[in-house]
Amino acid sequence: MYTDKVFDHFSNPRNVGEMPDANGVGEVGNAKCGDIMKMYLKIENDIIVDVKFKTFGCGAAIATSSMATELVKGKSIEEALKLTNTAVVEALEGLPPAKIHCSVLAEEAIKSALADYYRRQGIDPEPIIGCTGNCECCHAHDHE
Amino acid sequence: MENIRKVYADNAATTAVSQHCLERMLPYFTEQYGNPSSLYSFGRENKKVLENARKMTADAIGAALADEIIFTSGGSESDNLAIKGYARANVKKGKHIISSKIEHHAVFETLDALKKEGFEVTMLDVDSEGFVSPEALKNAMREDTILVTIMAANNEIGTVEPIAELAAIAHAGGAVFHTDAVQAVGHIPINVVEMGIDMLSMSAHKFNGPKGVGALYVKRGVRIQPMIHGGGQEKKRRSGTESVANIVGLATALTDAVERLPAESVRLAALRDKLIEGVMKMPKVILTGATDMSKRLPGTASFCINAIEGEALILRLDFMGICASTGSACSSGSLDPSHVLLALGLPHEVAHGSLRLSLGHFNTEQDVDYILEKLPQVVTALRAMSPVWQE
Repeated sequence: MYTDKVFDHFSNPRNVGEMPDANGVGEVGNAKCGDIMKMYLKIENDIIVDVKFKTFGCGAAIATSSMATELVKGKSIEEALKLTNTAVVEALEGLPPAKIHCSVLAEEAIKSALADYYRRQGIDPEPIIGCTGNCECCHAHDHE
Repeated sequence: MENIRKVYADNAATTAVSQHCLERMLPYFTEQYGNPSSLYSFGRENKKVLENARKMTADAIGAALADEIIFTSGGSESDNLAIKGYARANVKKGKHIISSKIEHHAVFETLDALKKEGFEVTMLDVDSEGFVSPEALKNAMREDTILVTIMAANNEIGTVEPIAELAAIAHAGGAVFHTDAVQAVGHIPINVVEMGIDMLSMSAHKFNGPKGVGALYVKRGVRIQPMIHGGGQEKKRRSGTESVANIVGLATALTDAVERLPAESVRLAALRDKLIEGVMKMPKVILTGATDMSKRLPGTASFCINAIEGEALILRLDFMGICASTGSACSSGSLDPSHVLLALGLPHEVAHGSLRLSLGHFNTEQDVDYILEKLPQVVTALRAMSPVWQE
């Protein structure tokens, strides 16, 4: 079912934790649907210098969160905004069809944290990011 | 990973074939492979073997006659044959069937299929521990109710239903009573005559027999329509050359299970209770299913663990060598947690954290100790990365 890469990120997730001095925090999903991802970003000069996550969810939810943090760490905001769920899936060498929504959630979590960063800077994130993923999680399931 | 002990704690999913059972089965593959329907002695010998297995199976569940046993491919086929077979053969008596909201999919989906044939199905609610209320059944009975099908014991939470009482109510209302006893047979005492059961499904691999074989008890006089047509085996109720080795395996494993049941159920219940006590020491864990331990399957312990998701838990336990099971949505590929957990009234977010540990004949106290050592570590690690965990 899961690739070795997914198992690797599930058993040894990268960047787990909280970040008290984060300047962009996003949370997506809900407990009813069984997955919640919370992302913490520390952004300096438009570069994501540090990232942390906490996830409630299945193996794929934890692995996609972990991979998403790896993919944006050290990147510019511009690059991070281009992160797609497909890129997360590819980096994990595939996900079962029923778990694709986890990668969507991971993408949304990053975008939601970036939106929070913009808001803290006094910038409206809507025109830049669009939907920030704080929609119902069952909307995320629609991507399956 | 340099652990590890392997602890199989998913005996409600399937069990290991016992050595004794395997030894009894083996000759029927390469030596005594005759077709029981053949005329020559090489075949006729196996007819005797088959009928002996039928008698053993009937005796093990207290059936009056060996011919009341039909061998099938397993629990699902038995459920299908009982429910569709009875409904279709008795459609003139009525088109209403009563069941419960915690049945196995083999019953659930079968009833769904019958709805498309014009049958009407009432699914009874259960209480927070998974019990079907006899009162509710009484109220649901109608003039046109032909069949009541309620499981003997639930596979996810281990709750044992008041089968004798429910059967009596079905009979009082003129209906026939079927029970999916796949989790119960070989684990708790079952006597079809004393309990008033008209049809009963069982599956060999749940009591240390082989996979791919089951049986359906159909009381004499209860008419069913066959689903598999062909050579007319099993008194025309289930065609197909009998799987002699598997059937011998079922009868052997069942006889062994029933023989050891009085002592084994006490041993398992003690292990189960130790397991439950240990797991419940973790904060924010709830026990699912019956709290009266005498109304729980002796090997089944089931929980919901706050702030973590079941699939992640199962995979992490697997890293520790522990095989367990969950009813979370993510385990099934569907959006909802198991219908059983939801029927108990548990909210989705609680049901996502479900864990079932089911002990069997080959489990030891050391297995329980190992689970109690590793499970809290796994739970703590997953909670540490959960944004919803609050101590």
